Amino acid sequence: MCGIAALQLRNPSLHPQMGSLLSSMLCQIVDRGPDSAGLAVYNTPGLVSPGTSTLSLLGKDQGMTTAAITAGVAALLAGVLPAGAAAAARVVGDTTLVSAAVGTDLLVKAVSETLPGATIIGRGEHVAVMKSVGHPMEIAAEHGLEAMAGSQGLSHTRMATESAVTAGGSHPFSVADDLCLVHNGSFSNHATVRRELKREGVVFDSENDTEVGARYVASRLRQGDTLEEALVNLGKVLDGFYTLVVTTADSMAVVRDPIACKPAIIAETDDYVAMASEYRALAGLPGINNARIFEPEPGKVYTWSL
Amino acid sequence: MVTLTAPEVPTVDALTDTTVDLGVSSVRELNQAIHNAVDGQSWTVTNPGGKHSLAVGIDADINVAIEGHAGYYAAGMHQKGNVTINGNAGVGLAENIMSGRVHVTGDASQSAAATGHGGLVVIDGNAGARCGISMKGVDIVVGGNIGHMSAFMAQAGRLVVCGDAGDALGDSIYEARLYVKGTVASLGADCIEKPLREEHLAELAELLAAAGRTDNPAEFKRYGSARNLYHFHVDNSTSY
Repeated sequence: MCGIAALQLRNPSLHPQMGSLLSSMLCQIVDRGPDSAGLAVYNTPGLVSPGTSTLSLLGKDQGMTTAAITAGVAALLAGVLPAGAAAAARVVGDTTLVSAAVGTDLLVKAVSETLPGATIIGRGEHVAVMKSVGHPMEIAAEHGLEAMAGSQGLSHTRMATESAVTAGGSHPFSVADDLCLVHNGSFSNHATVRRELKREGVVFDSENDTEVGARYVASRLRQGDTLEEALVNLGKVLDGFYTLVVTTADSMAVVRDPIACKPAIIAETDDYVAMASEYRALAGLPGINNARIFEPEPGKVYTWSL
Repeated sequence: MVTLTAPEVPTVDALTDTTVDLGVSSVRELNQAIHNAVDGQSWTVTNPGGKHSLAVGIDADINVAIEGHAGYYAAGMHQKGNVTINGNAGVGLAENIMSGRVHVTGDASQSAAATGHGGLVVIDGNAGARCGISMKGVDIVVGGNIGHMSAFMAQAGRLVVCGDAGDALGDSIYEARLYVKGTVASLGADCIEKPLREEHLAELAELLAAAGRTDNPAEFKRYGSARNLYHFHVDNSTSY
């Protein structure tokens, strides 16, 4: 069992409330996965900015004291990035965000060179990813979710089954620019698919089954699939139980395996699309009484774009 | 030494309507109150907010109305009385119902009326996957569609579907009778269409009336067990 709560805001006037709405949803799925949690927020002022790449790094120390990190990491990156890249770093809760006005690939390379111990958990121009071990509401509070604005938010509470309870094993898995994936369930043939992806040159960060799903989707998108096609192909290749939510810079997708043991419920209004493991996570959303509420059909890919 | 004391019985007059606001009271308080209820009482539950295990284990002839959406296992282990959910219900609605009546005006999630032994479950909207799984005598009337693997290993009772049925309807069915008005995506192992005789039209009419529906029984098809899985067949001897 794991819990998922995701929110795409269609009405920009709700953007300032993104964090408080997502936080109220997350609060209702804690019971489904109390050991660790993760968040992804899109277009949140103060965390990401247009025209700048941002990497989310696991942990708040990066081998130095918190006090030193803002200047320290920025100085390290400035040493390897071109002039004018305006490298910056900040600590949010248990996460370090580094950004620079360069392409994501270049920033990834710079971080790998200067902070060889760092684990990159999120990347892109629009997304910030935060994850940690512990009570999900404490993780959300530590990162200040309640006050975050944004266009989309994705949260996951984990009850670990396939791999250890670690921050790195928490969801979302964000393995390509602005792409995030969360999973309730387990992939049974992840080792096989992992081997095949490794043969194609894909590098993995963890032993987690969900990371295989995320890397598979990223691989399909790289090969030209649309998000919907990538998830249809995932259904052909990955075996197991799953309800997945995948987000990109401007889209959200939901898919359940054809047996559909893992729950999912969706509420749609003119103002937002919200998905959660259980209705009680949607019950507090504005206008929920007039929302179109439905459970996604087994094996069917649903996508919504901003 | 442990001293056991009888739970305090709330002073509710028979035939009065008591409102429980789940924005204020806990689910446990609600369930304890209706376990202490006496025949003839009515209860209205407001602000259910999709909470789990609402109105479970009712063993008195009372009426409970839930005004809004219920979470998992609503009206589970139902023994007596009527529960009406004016909204949707989550996974495992009326699981293991023994008798009495449970009515959902919206949709129900998967495993509605699972393992039910008796009573009537009415779902005005759609039901998800595995509706009536392992049903053992319950009657189920669904106004809309039902999901895949419904009536899996159904042993007794009747399932009426006024819409369409998903894949693998009635897989490994024993003796339950299934009536579907719309299409069936596919039948499960050992489930076949059977003739709709007079006695079936009569029981179907009765079930539809009990659910407050006006559908024409003659427009339904009946499905049930081919009884080929009841006994070992020698042709399969090499399969083991």
